[in-house]
Amino acid sequence: MKLFFWQPWLIPVLPLAGALINGLLGKRFPKSLVAFIALFFTGASFLFACVHAYTLVAAGRDYGVVILEKSYGTWIRAGSFSVDFGVYLDHLSLVMMLVVTGVGFLIHVYSVAYMEHEGGYYRFFAYLNIFMFFMLTLVLANNYLLMFVGWEGVGLASYLLIGFFFLKDSAANAGKKAFITNRVGDFGFLIALFLLIQHFGTLRYATVFDIVSHFSAETTAGVLTAIGLLMLVGACGKSAQIPLFVWLPDAMEGPTPVSALIHAATMVTAGVYMVCRSNAIFSRAPMALLAVAIIGTLTSFFAATIGITQTDIKRVLAYSTVSQLGYMFMAAGVAAYSASVFHLMTHAFFKALLFLGAGSVIHGIGGEQDMRKMGGLRKYMPWTFWTMLIATLAISGIPPFAGFFSKDEILWQAFSSPHGSKIFWVFGVITAFMTSFYMFRLIFLTFTGEYRGPQPDAHAAHGGHDDHHGAPHESPWLMLAPLVLLGVLSVIGGWVGIGNRFENFLAPVIQKVGAVQEAAPDAEQIAAQIAVQNGEAAPAPINEGEGGPGENKNLETLLMGVSVLVAFSGLGLAWFLYVKRPELPSKIAESILGIYTLVLNKYWIDELYSAAIIGPLVWFSRVVLWQTIDQKVIDGSVNESAVAARDVSQIIRQQQSGLVRSYAGWIAAGAAAVVAYMVWMGTR
Amino acid sequence: MIPISWYLLLSAFLFACGVTGFLTKRNIITLFMSIELMLNGVNLSFIAFATRLGTLDGHIFVFFVMVVAAAEAAVGLAIIISVYRTRETLNVDRVNLLKL
Repeated sequence: MKLFFWQPWLIPVLPLAGALINGLLGKRFPKSLVAFIALFFTGASFLFACVHAYTLVAAGRDYGVVILEKSYGTWIRAGSFSVDFGVYLDHLSLVMMLVVTGVGFLIHVYSVAYMEHEGGYYRFFAYLNIFMFFMLTLVLANNYLLMFVGWEGVGLASYLLIGFFFLKDSAANAGKKAFITNRVGDFGFLIALFLLIQHFGTLRYATVFDIVSHFSAETTAGVLTAIGLLMLVGACGKSAQIPLFVWLPDAMEGPTPVSALIHAATMVTAGVYMVCRSNAIFSRAPMALLAVAIIGTLTSFFAATIGITQTDIKRVLAYSTVSQLGYMFMAAGVAAYSASVFHLMTHAFFKALLFLGAGSVIHGIGGEQDMRKMGGLRKYMPWTFWTMLIATLAISGIPPFAGFFSKDEILWQAFSSPHGSKIFWVFGVITAFMTSFYMFRLIFLTFTGEYRGPQPDAHAAHGGHDDHHGAPHESPWLMLAPLVLLGVLSVIGGWVGIGNRFENFLAPVIQKVGAVQEAAPDAEQIAAQIAVQNGEAAPAPINEGEGGPGENKNLETLLMGVSVLVAFSGLGLAWFLYVKRPELPSKIAESILGIYTLVLNKYWIDELYSAAIIGPLVWFSRVVLWQTIDQKVIDGSVNESAVAARDVSQIIRQQQSGLVRSYAGWIAAGAAAVVAYMVWMGTR
Repeated sequence: MIPISWYLLLSAFLFACGVTGFLTKRNIITLFMSIELMLNGVNLSFIAFATRLGTLDGHIFVFFVMVVAAAEAAVGLAIIISVYRTRETLNVDRVNLLKL
């Protein structure tokens, strides 16, 4: 396989070019040209990503080359420490790259129609493209510092896009909240980078992982545990895990395509990507790994409970995203990194589809987001309904849709992995039930029954001039095409995981702790991988030493059955409560009013944070920093010295009378004084 | 030969006259003349010392002072005329705008 077209740096740079053209000149362009530029550069980036993916996979098959790294010059050099502008392409970054450019391109297409009636069209696409640039930088970097650049950059793009409607106070505040919450996580990530520099003297992935591969697993908390935990703090911020998840639901203030791209499919998975990328470190720090699993499990569970009670269609999806990200962390935390990335990929498909579908619904009924005012939309927008139904089946884990394979893999790994535990599995299954329940609740509330929104006639009587008024309508084909494509992906996306193919695909990326690491890990892993590919029925490597493969197979099938059963029972309960007996939910809510209010108000986490952290911080800033230090000490000293200078001048200025003879008198007196002094000195 | 102290006393007297005149008089022309008096008092000291020491340095200084005084007279009188034209007075106490 020839390596022509081998210019991986173009993949992130193309969207940057689009962002610069649109951002600097787009104001004067017509909308169609802005859309063309944005689509052209992201599309080209996607094509390049495909070419590189093909080349890399083919090279891996032919030569056993699985990791390609290329440096484009030094960025920072200080003594023996240096950081390159480098690209690191292996199977993990390849998957991420394809997800980001592919889903990103589809969402760009969707946005062309969705944002048509909004102001700042060129600004929106410039931001979206710059997001793509930073996300691809994050994914393709060959060292942690360049990853951090992308990490901060996507945070910036997220801030800009959440606050896209910046005239709305809530949007501006949500943007700020997202940015500041992320800073807390970034702080942990930065300290992890400092620790890496201090202990390993480099931030380059290949070197770090090579050094780490000589470590054995830490039994007590050591430097790897510290690095892992600090990275987890960073990942919690970016991927909205407990305790830093509060920003993601508020981020729904942004335009819906942004929620789909940034706050569901790509950016929020950066934390998962980081943990999986650093698997060599995490696998040797069992305590950090356990923390990842616990945080993931708790997040997925609590976010799902909140999701049940929300009535805003986008907020349900937001909590669902938090919950699914928790799943990915749980998988990473039981050292099932490939399951985590697998779920990341399928989740990108069906969650992007859900958000785009929700956007289509919101677009179709004139900006309403409250599900209680929807209903019966199935007959108005059949395409949206069917694609969203596919995505819902996928996220609920119903076979043969994509989510089933990835979620089942995660649950199985949580159960069977040496790092796993039955508790994780139990929580995972309960969460799966709740996921299925709230997702079908969303579907039933939105698409079945009678339309509960304002009647078109009433609006006509108002003499409404807004073009959104009137009966709910289906969205234009430009919005439906991405829905359909994502719908197809949500169905077939999971099939790559059948027979552990996805896991084997990612195997070269995952560094095993144990025998393999000793001599030339790459060659042996590839050999093992080829062996696995040839022998169809080879057991998953993770199952080694846990009884016979047949026994495991039975257990796996049993657990699979349980999770499918759970998914269907969630569906059934949602159907019973919201279709068969629609009066029941409010009665149930009344009977457990305390718990219901607690969950409806998101466990008062926001209130708790604002009372425990934000309130005191604002008080301290206002009273101590502002009113005492700034106003009294700094301003005071400046003002007081000015006042003192004025007072002294007030006295001295009397001398400048403008009277020539007065000046002459002073000169004469001065001369006399000098002469007297000289005389006195001379006669002494 | 007249002792040098006599010359110096005369020089000091002339200088003191100039200073007193400058400090007491109000007319700008008078002030100007007082300045010339001070300059010439100093010139006298220069000449006296130059003669006594038998060098030319003092003479050269005196020539310089005279040249500067001539230039000063030209510029100063022009200023005085212009002041008189604008202020219509030569009372130096009323020419006191240059103050805070």
